[in-house]
Amino acid sequence: MAPLLEARGLSRSFGHVRALDNASFDIDAGEVVALIGDNGAGKSTMVKALTGNLDVDSGELLYDGRPIAITSPQQASALGMEVVYQDLALAPHLNPVQNMFLGREIPRRGLLGKLGFMDDKTMRARAEQGFRELGGTVRSLTAQVGAMSGGQRQQIAIVRAISWADKVVFLDEPTAALGVVQTRNVLDTIKRVRDKGIAVVLISHSMPHVLEVADRVQVMRLGTRVATLKSAGTSVEELVGAMTGALDSTITRKEGVS
Amino acid sequence: MSVITPTGQATDPEAAVDKPKADSYLKRIANLQQVWILGVLLVIIVAFSVAAGDKFLSVSNFSLIAQNVAVWAVLGVGMTFVIITSGIDLSIGSVLVFSSVIAAKVMQSAGGDGWSTALIGVAAALVAGIAWGSLNGFLIAKAKIPPLIVTLGALSVALGLAQVVTGGIDIRSVPEVLTDFNIYIKILGIPALPFVALIVLVIGGVVLHKTKFGRYTYAIGSNELGARRVGIKVDRHLVFVYGLSGAMAGLGAMLSLAQFGTTTIAGQSLTNLNVIAAVVIGGTSVFGGEGSIFGTVIGLFIPAVLQAGFVIVGVESFWQGVAVGSVLVAAVYVDQSRRAAALRGAARKPLLSVLGLKK
Repeated sequence: MAPLLEARGLSRSFGHVRALDNASFDIDAGEVVALIGDNGAGKSTMVKALTGNLDVDSGELLYDGRPIAITSPQQASALGMEVVYQDLALAPHLNPVQNMFLGREIPRRGLLGKLGFMDDKTMRARAEQGFRELGGTVRSLTAQVGAMSGGQRQQIAIVRAISWADKVVFLDEPTAALGVVQTRNVLDTIKRVRDKGIAVVLISHSMPHVLEVADRVQVMRLGTRVATLKSAGTSVEELVGAMTGALDSTITRKEGVS
Repeated sequence: MSVITPTGQATDPEAAVDKPKADSYLKRIANLQQVWILGVLLVIIVAFSVAAGDKFLSVSNFSLIAQNVAVWAVLGVGMTFVIITSGIDLSIGSVLVFSSVIAAKVMQSAGGDGWSTALIGVAAALVAGIAWGSLNGFLIAKAKIPPLIVTLGALSVALGLAQVVTGGIDIRSVPEVLTDFNIYIKILGIPALPFVALIVLVIGGVVLHKTKFGRYTYAIGSNELGARRVGIKVDRHLVFVYGLSGAMAGLGAMLSLAQFGTTTIAGQSLTNLNVIAAVVIGGTSVFGGEGSIFGTVIGLFIPAVLQAGFVIVGVESFWQGVAVGSVLVAAVYVDQSRRAAALRGAARKPLLSVLGLKK
């Protein structure tokens, strides 16, 4: 069976820097795949390339086994893929409902809708449902998001993403700024998202978390994928070894290409 | 103005996620700067009423105040949108002059004193205003020049061009229907100009608080990058918002022609600052993302009521400037402290007392 989303041999240079160097990636439906690597290894660049936020110099994307060109974030959304950015991309002055539907407001029926009026009631009801499903800690749907805690904001961003994504959600370091309890909530959330049948790509620096929630771990170094490991039976040391190159066995450095 | 809060109604009492505290709605209202500013306005009105009695609290006095506020109110609608996107439009006074000059010229060459001439003038003024506003918006959104600079340039250029067109001499031939419209016509007991302003305010408020256009305006001011990421066409929206501000300046130009019966080339140099002050006093944040049309209305009435009141009480009206300036700085101080407090998650009790002293 073909993977849900696959990247083959992506390359992208910024000036002299090869952010992606013949890098590959793949994820199956309903799977949690962690993408790890040191700073500058190309994780975020890979996510951008997969979600229409970045043009690549060469390489191809396959969606459901068919080649596809994803040229804009909107196209990625249309395919059922959403990204939760590290900065969450929430509007702090708007409330959770308004944030969740930002850019996708439900119009009122009839003429009023054509004039740009929004169906606030329906949006609120759907948002409530979304938050209930995730059993989150978001208390108020009417308070400004800016007044909420980091964990609550994270939750809002995740709920927003999974409400629109039915295939893949990308989480860019979702636990980086969180405390112990909030981190636990996010990890539980990831599991629940997976249980809904949505694939999750998790970028993280935290090896124990990665091993806890991910089915597979793909390791990037110097802009390319250097290893793919099953979480089961893999240790933190092995992951770190693959990240840093201490366990180089399968890897051939492509020098002289740049 | 039925619309006060951008967040809308929390009518649904059953909210599984929301644990509704009984005071949450009241608390939210109390936290709105507009409410406190409204209190300030009421205190001012009560103070003058006590000092001057019927002379101040008369229909004629308030219809005069409304008359004086009308043009600024129309400009204030556009400015509120602009400032909510965390922008600024310094050019409205000059664009108003430019539009009124163009409209007056067009009406002159069209000839006649009737409504058809006046309507041609309205169209000309709106086109001129929208053209300026859209140009501002284009330079800000596409050329990425800061709004302060773009509109400062437009302030100078628009006024300069208006002077070039007229040789610096005001055009005094305005169709009679326009001046009559101002003097004689009352709609539902409200003089014509304030009535037009009221309609514009209501429409502006509905668009800002109830439509997608308004929501995107808040979103862009709140987090521009985030707005881009969810697919909002930020550049196009900014062009529209500045275009709206220009359109309001064009409409203001016609109201001003009706009010004074002449273009006001030298008379609008402080209009931009007065309107910005009113918008900011009304709780619209210069940092973007927050504000309301209702607040702008209150912010407009504070200087106007002060001026009228000072005249009636016999205080030199120079004090108006002192008072308005103080309220302006206090309003921004409160806004800023509140943001800091919100970041810390603290209450803003002490700041309110500061505002209270400013009364």
